[in-house]
Amino acid sequence: MKLIIIFISAAIVNNYVLASFLGICPFIGVSKKLGSAMSMGVATTFVMTLTAAVAWLINKYILIGLHLEYLEIVAFILVIASLVQLVEMFIKKTSRPLYDALGIFLPLITTNCAILGLALFLVMKQYGFVESIVYGFASGFGFSLALVIMAGIREELEIGDVPQPLRGASITLIIAGCLALAFMGFAGLI
Amino acid sequence: MGVLYSVLSMAGIGLFFSVLIALANKKLHVEEDSRIGQIAECLPGANCGSCGYAGCANFAEALAGGKSQVADCSVCGASAREEIARILGIDAVTGERQVAVVFCQGGDGVVTKKAEYQGVPTCLAATLIAGGERACTYGCIGLADCVRACPFDAIHLNAQNIPEVDRKKCTGCGLCVAACPRQVIELHPLSQHVFVLCKNKDNPKTSRAICKSACIGCMICERAVNGQGFKVKDNLAQVDHAVYTKELVLPTEKCPTKCIVIVGSRDEL
Repeated sequence: MKLIIIFISAAIVNNYVLASFLGICPFIGVSKKLGSAMSMGVATTFVMTLTAAVAWLINKYILIGLHLEYLEIVAFILVIASLVQLVEMFIKKTSRPLYDALGIFLPLITTNCAILGLALFLVMKQYGFVESIVYGFASGFGFSLALVIMAGIREELEIGDVPQPLRGASITLIIAGCLALAFMGFAGLI
Repeated sequence: MGVLYSVLSMAGIGLFFSVLIALANKKLHVEEDSRIGQIAECLPGANCGSCGYAGCANFAEALAGGKSQVADCSVCGASAREEIARILGIDAVTGERQVAVVFCQGGDGVVTKKAEYQGVPTCLAATLIAGGERACTYGCIGLADCVRACPFDAIHLNAQNIPEVDRKKCTGCGLCVAACPRQVIELHPLSQHVFVLCKNKDNPKTSRAICKSACIGCMICERAVNGQGFKVKDNLAQVDHAVYTKELVLPTEKCPTKCIVIVGSRDEL
């Protein structure tokens, strides 16, 4: 039960993009096409789940064990950067088409603040190992959800009659605001 | 003690991941042709897509894999081609440079207007409605789809809203050819200069009524060269570039509607 609550909380109620406003860069940058939004979502979810697991281990056995909590940001950035590098190599080896499709977005996951935020929240919430992994996966799922919703709306807008001054970035930001407002409606859920 | 621990633990984590990445790099190494990077540096990097690949990087890959030829890139110059050929260890195949030619002179004031067009200002949109303002159904619409398609700034509308090609800048990539909904633009070798700049196949009465510069199929050009080099077919004169002689210039002066034109340098004639 607790795991389900963690999942819903991380994916919807405290959605990283639309409630915590983390990871806005890929949210705006990779939401033009539904296809690339989905691949970006899958890649980010993968990295987030892995990060949650490794960050928990490092936090528990190295940082807390040696009383080095103040080094968590440095340690987590190391973890995230290395994981993204590994994921990139792995995808390049196993699936060249996917690698080409993700392109520059794959290395850009390194600088996605939602992932560093995940590792830091993880420590704050004092989850166990399994809970951390569920939390990581749920956060990635929520990120993908926001990305896919945004991409869907923006694809429709391509043919919509948007007033001239609002076209492009401004309407995107307005939609992002409306989406965030809509997600506020989930606030009382848990 | 705290300093020692922090330094050691960070160094430990860093070392652990660097070893992991180094091992993964060995294990997951993808063999990539080192020539791809070298070739990509020689290519123009405009990513125009005229070679049939998504971008210069993909073309470089295809070149290294032997799936494509250097000459497929119409943009890169002779020196770049030779350099790529040297990297690949093959002889450079230098095809003749092609440039775009606009086969219409029926600009504003030359061709009659059949209506006022106030729709979306692109040739494609105008084609979908009623073919734009100009009465000729074969000629240029004049809404500059080709100008917008050109990545090299080599094609511009003149005062009469007819596109003009800058033969020095044109790379023959063919994007304007594809962009024109009327197929008014064609690619021709740089060495060809005499063209019948009209596409109208209407009967002479109609074409003469709507456009001052239309080919009316009067056969004066064909007679002037005794059928050697000019042929009239479907009310439209055609140039035979294989019979490429000084005599071809003659009809340019005799043509009553002046639709036979010398494009580019006349010196070679």
